[in-house]
Amino acid sequence: MPQLIKSGAVIQDRWTLLREPAAALPSSPVIVPLATWLASRAELAACADVGVWLAPTDDPALLAADVAALPVIAVDFPRVADGRGYSIARLLRERYAYQGELRAVGDVARDQLYFLHQAGFDAFVLRDGKDAQDALASLRDFTDGYQATARRTPWFRRSGVVMPAAASES
Amino acid sequence: MYRYDAFDQRLVDERVAQFRDQTRRYLAGELTEDEFRPLRLQNGLYIQKFAPMLRVAIPYGLLSSRQLRMLAHIGRKYDKGYGHFTTRQNIQFNWPQLAEVPDILADLASVEMHAIQTSGNCVRNITSDHFAGAAGDEIVDPRPYNELIRQWSTFHPEFAYLPRKFKIAITGATTDRAAILVHDIGLQAVRSDDGDVGFRVIVGGGLGRTPIIGHVIREFLPRAEILNYLDAILRVYNRFGRRDNMYKARIKILVKEQTPAVFAQHVEAEWEHLKGGPATVPDEEVARLAAHFTPPPYETLDGDDTGFRSAVADNRAFSNWVKRNVFPHKKPGYAIVTLSLKKTGVPPGDATSDQMDTVADLADAYSFGELTVSHEQNLIFTDVRQSQLLALWSELKDLGLATPNIGLLTDIVCCPGGDFCSLANAKSIPIAEAIQRRFDDLDYLHDLGDIDLNISGCMNACGHHHVGHIGILGVDKNGSEWYQVTIGGTQGERAAIGKVIGPSFAAHEMPDIVARLLDAYVAHRHEDERFVDTVRRLGIDPFKERVYAAAH
Repeated sequence: MPQLIKSGAVIQDRWTLLREPAAALPSSPVIVPLATWLASRAELAACADVGVWLAPTDDPALLAADVAALPVIAVDFPRVADGRGYSIARLLRERYAYQGELRAVGDVARDQLYFLHQAGFDAFVLRDGKDAQDALASLRDFTDGYQATARRTPWFRRSGVVMPAAASES
Repeated sequence: MYRYDAFDQRLVDERVAQFRDQTRRYLAGELTEDEFRPLRLQNGLYIQKFAPMLRVAIPYGLLSSRQLRMLAHIGRKYDKGYGHFTTRQNIQFNWPQLAEVPDILADLASVEMHAIQTSGNCVRNITSDHFAGAAGDEIVDPRPYNELIRQWSTFHPEFAYLPRKFKIAITGATTDRAAILVHDIGLQAVRSDDGDVGFRVIVGGGLGRTPIIGHVIREFLPRAEILNYLDAILRVYNRFGRRDNMYKARIKILVKEQTPAVFAQHVEAEWEHLKGGPATVPDEEVARLAAHFTPPPYETLDGDDTGFRSAVADNRAFSNWVKRNVFPHKKPGYAIVTLSLKKTGVPPGDATSDQMDTVADLADAYSFGELTVSHEQNLIFTDVRQSQLLALWSELKDLGLATPNIGLLTDIVCCPGGDFCSLANAKSIPIAEAIQRRFDDLDYLHDLGDIDLNISGCMNACGHHHVGHIGILGVDKNGSEWYQVTIGGTQGERAAIGKVIGPSFAAHEMPDIVARLLDAYVAHRHEDERFVDTVRRLGIDPFKERVYAAAH
């Protein structure tokens, strides 16, 4: 079974990623393409252990009604340099309030993990040949950062510069 | 200027450690060349013709004397004793060893500097008005906002892998010295009728292969919303910008293809979701940043210094320098001074480590220990007392940094070109030098007046040739180097893209071609009309006729 980085540890991945739409689904747990999900939503939603993956061109708004039901959403990175998935992740977490597992798949390497995690991913399947155990350290490349992300408010809201509302009223 | 606190310092230190490990893994064969490329590019490290080139960030061009001494040290220890100041107000070192780059970054971090995001498809160094804080026409001091946006852009997790590089310029003055109309985003800090600070937002300008003047997509954005709005613009670009063709991947192409009005609608729709959210900037944060940019302890002086006035009257060489290199200051009795890095025979923008050390000493003595790099590749002392100008001029002359040519033909903006850059189609530095040598008569140069001559060695336009009054672009024709000439380009609030006058020329012809353009100008100009205004009034035909009639 392939390795998965999940919540800061390396575990065995029990999910199968169905890359191309198929008439017959492999047995669950399975992550299906968005097109498959949209075509057979009622049927698939009835199964346990069905997740959906998004390509960089897919609109995460199409899953807005499904976020409560989906245990896994994956976002594909065809190339490291294709950064659309970072925006998709933030939209899923921050706009559509998705709480389940959000995994990065495709051309994912350790030097992207910190930013991916900040964007909202909590699970990572590294591209072939990369040691997940070595990669864990990169989740901690930086202790903190300036911006608002899926994981934190901007530093200026936590640095003590802004008085808490209660204190400023007194 | 802005000083790091423990939070800022930790971030930069962690970057040094991260890059040190990445370099180690690359040299150990754990990362392939293809895997290492995006990592080193995000840290300003290019592999050039002869050696790696390291570009160091100088946020909005502002340096302390202590930082300049460190740049001098780096030039001496890791390079060949010099550095090259760039058109993005940064500095480049052309000869470091790859294995030593982590040590250079550690040295930089010790003076609150870094090379973060100086290349790669991410938000690049924020550029700004090189007279910020000292200019008389300033409505808002842009520096606190420059720093706010520098922090926002530094390691922004969502926007590290954009379709293409992304450049933001900010000004707070009425005269645009930051070229905000030819940036991916240009921000002009303004005040509402009620006195509230906000920004005019311009998107989709740029040079390069497809030069475009930017479009205003919002006339007034309240300052508290600036980061939300930037997030909205960048998110629309990140999701919908083209990634199929690197030459069509800049935001200007997206804005053009969608039309500015439709692009603006998408941004506004995205902003609706973000407005008032966590990234809304509290007044306290603006106040904290502004406290780093309080005015230096100016003395209260009554108008112009009399000693300075009489020195100008008595000393023609000093007076020439004052006329071209000294600019009015908002404070009576003070002046803004430009140190020319455009001496004939020295590649434009280059300074030796010894010069940098002495400039640092002069900044301490004459300008409160700070200086600014301009995007025209000169250095600026923003706060010099008029009574000290004569003494400063004398020291700068000894250093070779007092060439009285700011804004003149020989104040050439020039990329490193084919001598160094692996992207270049043609050399640019020797063309600049040949033109400087040909036009060495100061009286003639002063008579010609303001002329921006910009040279790029390729379509990437690092030398900003499109907005030069005379622009020279190196092109490749069947493996040999040729030069295409444009005229009428302009930077600033009347920004315009220059027009090509016709077929290109060989390198040795270039000084003659420039001479013919100038002859046409002198023949046709009205009194007190600048070269570019004559081009605007008459169009390119009289210039074209003069150039090609003689050439063919």
